[in-house]
Amino acid sequence: MKEKLVLVGNGMAGMRTIEELLKIAPDMYDITVFGAEPYGNYNRILLSPVLAGEKTIDDIMLNSESWYVENNIKLIKGKKINKIDRRNRVVHSEDGTSESYDRLLLATGSNPFIIPVPGSDLPGVISFRDIHDVDTMLSASKSKKHAVVIGGGLLGLEAAYGLKLQGMNVTVVHLTDVLMERQLDAISGRMLQKTLEDKGLHFLMAHQTEAIVGEDKVKGVRFKNGLEIAADIVVMAVGIRPNFSLAQSAGIYCERGIVVNDTMQTYDPRVYSVGECVQHRGQTYGLVAPLFEQAKVAANHLAQFGIGRYEGSLTSTKLKVTGVDLFSAGDFHGDESTENIVLKDVSRGIYKKVVLKDNKIQGAVMYGDTVDGSWYFQLMRDGTDVSDFRESLMFGQSHLGDSGHGGQNAAANMSDDMEICGCNGVCKGDIVKAISTKGLFTLEEVKTHTKASNSCGSCTGLVEQILASTLGGGYSAASKKKSVCKCTDYTHDEVRKTIFAEKLTSIKAVMRYMEWNTEDGCHVCRPALNYYVLSSWPEEAVDDPQSRFINERAHANIQKDGTYSVVPRMWGGLTTPNELRAIADAAEKYNVPTVKVTGGQRIDLLGVKKDDLPRMWKDLNDAGMVSGHAYGKSLRTVKTCVGKEHCRFGTQFSMGMGVDLEKATWGSWMPHKFKMAVSGCPRNCAEATIKDFGVVAVESGWELHVGGNGGVKVRPTDLLCKVKTDEEVKEYCYAFIQLYREDAHYLERTAPWIERVGLSYVKQQVVENEEKRKALAERFLFSQKIAAQDPWAAIVNSETHKKEFITLKAVG
Amino acid sequence: MSQMFEVCGVEDIPVLGSKVVSANEGNIAVFRASDGEFFALKDECPHKQGPLSQGIVHNKKVTCPLHNWVISLETGMAQEPDEGCAARYPVEVKDKKVFLILKAMD
Ligand code: SRM
Ligand SMILES: Cc1cc2nc3c(=O)[nH]c(=O)nc-3n(C[C@H](O)[C@H](O)[C@H](O)COP(=O)(O)OP(=O)(O)OC[C@H]3O[C@@H](n4cnc5c(N)ncnc54)[C@H](O)[C@@H]3O)c2cc1C
Ligand code: SF4
Ligand code: FES
Repeated sequence: MKEKLVLVGNGMAGMRTIEELLKIAPDMYDITVFGAEPYGNYNRILLSPVLAGEKTIDDIMLNSESWYVENNIKLIKGKKINKIDRRNRVVHSEDGTSESYDRLLLATGSNPFIIPVPGSDLPGVISFRDIHDVDTMLSASKSKKHAVVIGGGLLGLEAAYGLKLQGMNVTVVHLTDVLMERQLDAISGRMLQKTLEDKGLHFLMAHQTEAIVGEDKVKGVRFKNGLEIAADIVVMAVGIRPNFSLAQSAGIYCERGIVVNDTMQTYDPRVYSVGECVQHRGQTYGLVAPLFEQAKVAANHLAQFGIGRYEGSLTSTKLKVTGVDLFSAGDFHGDESTENIVLKDVSRGIYKKVVLKDNKIQGAVMYGDTVDGSWYFQLMRDGTDVSDFRESLMFGQSHLGDSGHGGQNAAANMSDDMEICGCNGVCKGDIVKAISTKGLFTLEEVKTHTKASNSCGSCTGLVEQILASTLGGGYSAASKKKSVCKCTDYTHDEVRKTIFAEKLTSIKAVMRYMEWNTEDGCHVCRPALNYYVLSSWPEEAVDDPQSRFINERAHANIQKDGTYSVVPRMWGGLTTPNELRAIADAAEKYNVPTVKVTGGQRIDLLGVKKDDLPRMWKDLNDAGMVSGHAYGKSLRTVKTCVGKEHCRFGTQFSMGMGVDLEKATWGSWMPHKFKMAVSGCPRNCAEATIKDFGVVAVESGWELHVGGNGGVKVRPTDLLCKVKTDEEVKEYCYAFIQLYREDAHYLERTAPWIERVGLSYVKQQVVENEEKRKALAERFLFSQKIAAQDPWAAIVNSETHKKEFITLKAVG
Repeated sequence: MSQMFEVCGVEDIPVLGSKVVSANEGNIAVFRASDGEFFALKDECPHKQGPLSQGIVHNKKVTCPLHNWVISLETGMAQEPDEGCAARYPVEVKDKKVFLILKAMD
């Protein structure tokens, strides 16, 4: 017999828990769901756009009634549970329906707070919480004229905006003189008020309600200062109170909410609770992002596995009013111990304020341009020290130009047909539609459903903004603890540490030791694990070709038609007539359709059949050439300029240095591709300042630059240091590469890695501490003894490996 | 009429690996799952004809090397929310040899 799980509260948090549970343990429980509302489960957040007429109720259903049937869940809707008999483990509803349970999940949400002034129980006084309230408002707007909204917070403003769009004359009454004062400071609050006034809303700021006037229905509102205004409906949106009366009546311990531990269990361990009704570590929450984190933990625990614990959440806020772009998170007021950085451009309607304490972000508030909101939020949650880039903090993460999106900072004002994702051709309207009709909440979900931001990632910021403006603060930003992939809950760092500490030398060993939840892993985790075991244990670990992306397995780049491209190495960009002749011969012999000079100073033979690869490599090997690793997460090219060898401005021998560096570092596997360049003087013709490791010669020696990136998001290098001798250049280079190899996450290039760990950290390891530098360089050279081998020759010389390239006999 | 062809020995395909067989009707990819079961699909991804044989195999699925669609080896169907299907072929193993039956299943 299966155990019985009963859920009380058919809302967002409770049903999310059930969905998470079905994903990991689909057959574990017989599930019964009680909901007081007469519907399946819907996206409460999107009631605001429904009120505004932008969406319909059908658009916002998350789980239709047929979904419950398909998943064998008994839905008992329109029935309110009013008693829990914990001794016999049975719940009872008002009409006498009862259901027994082995485990119980309480997700009763919260109740809108109604201020107890005279007249607050008159017909026409409503709250804004569920479909019923929205229906009432919509029908009132058809025949009535004056609406008064009490409360200028998130909910109040969204209600007011919706009623205005429905043609009512709307006045918002607010107790203090700043709107949304819990989310905005005085300046941004005023900017918001101005925008909303321009949209036709009226405000009565710093007014306290004394009574709702009317005999048998609402007629008006009277304030403490004696003013009285007309009202046909009054919407109370002054706050919510966790709904824990049911739990309390069953003797479950409650304070401001139902008190739960880190696994979302109440004082009765058979009874779990999630959502707005919960109090966890003294906190209650009123946004869905934290509730979804709770749901995941509760589901894991109900499924009797997982290492998940809920440790509380930080939340950020967004208002879902079309054309209003605001963001706030954390403590944005500050005090004596904090500093503010402020950017204010009134005529462009832009205001940004970041509050720092000891160079860490405590809070941020932004108006008009919120594209960097998620970045600040991330820095805040991670507690990142921002001193390394403090001077450019206010200009945002992408002020150097994402390809395509550099200038775009206000998704809220974009029209539906504007292209967001240039790689996959996805427009804003496609994304908004997918979010509401498919019930998406996270960036990952938008990626899988729309393909937006799924390729180069340069539009990620815009997609997050669209998520935020559609879901308010409700979208779940990628959490700080990001697991490697869906096969595990562990992060890259945790996996690496364990591989090292436990001396795990194969992918299988890692998956077994760390309890992977899939048999074989997947295309995301296996290449990462393969890299981690190889780089941690260069001597002991054995490469697993089946866990490599095809390019690294075939040692060539796969093309869209399934052929391959072949790029032989030209050390430092130098070549000889002999090499060129061999390339020309190979191109003719294997009918290569395209021969192209690459952006990396060498030659690409494109359109080679897989079966021909080993033979072509043999010909190139015979002429002294080896693989250029144009396909690998490894050293690509070392670009050079002519330098002191020929150039009238050259201060050092850049070609020689480039060749030396390439010969010493090729062949090694790295977290991502790695590019170098050496320029002979500060004119920098080799573009060394957008490379992972760039060397620029000066009269007195060499400047070493790190963390540069062309590509999707341009990032110039940071200056690491200056050195005098050629030997030093090499030692610093090896040490830097090794630090990157040991520290970065798989598929993280040096630019994002340095932004994550900080330039100061890199300097400490590589520049300031000679002993560490030498040790790093030594470890690199040690692993190079094994790695610096030509993979082409290895295949050419092995009959078994050669066979892998051959298509089997023609049949049929 | 269906025909059965010997493809290769069981050990010629590594666990979680694949082989390409060229046939009149185009290339066919033969896969070996981690439990030793063999599968065959037309070597064309339903998305943009990427060669599925070159993808990473996991849990009876293969990830296409071109744009990471995940295709089930058991049904040929693309994993949701992507939509599409690659033709399947029956495979038999006898005496440590892999045989392909050239009649696509639906
Ligand atoms: C061949 C080449 C283009 C050319 O014809 O010139 C090229 C071709 C590819 N590049 Fe590139 N890149 C080439 C120079 C560059 C450069 C310029 C440079 O290195 O000076 C850049 C910008 C500089 C940089 O990387 O910082 C560049 C930035 C990218 C990126 C974006 C990387 C980023 O961090 O933003 C990718 C995507 C990736 O690696 O994930 C990429 C990925 C690719 C891939 C490998 C896409 C793929 O995974 O299949 C392309 C293979 C094409 C093919 O079918 O063979 N290619 N690529 C160049 C090879 C250079 C070489 O000799 O090895
Ligand atoms: C108009 C509006 C806009 C919002 N906008 C945002 C936003 O932009 N971003 C954001 O993050 N959040 C937003 N929220 C908040 C968000 O909707 C809530 O945080 C979330 O819905 C809470 O989920 P829950 O499951 O705890 O409660 P609910 O979703 O309220 O679910 C609780 C359910 O339990 C039922 N129930 C209660 N008691 C019983 C009982 N005894 N027996 C049976 N059933 C019972 C209730 O009827 C209800 O259906 C908004 C809320 C509203 C109302
Ligand atoms: S070569 Fe580079 S820029 Fe050109 S299409 Fe391919 S990935 Fe894009
Ligand atoms: S061709 Fe297979 S995913 Fe695009």
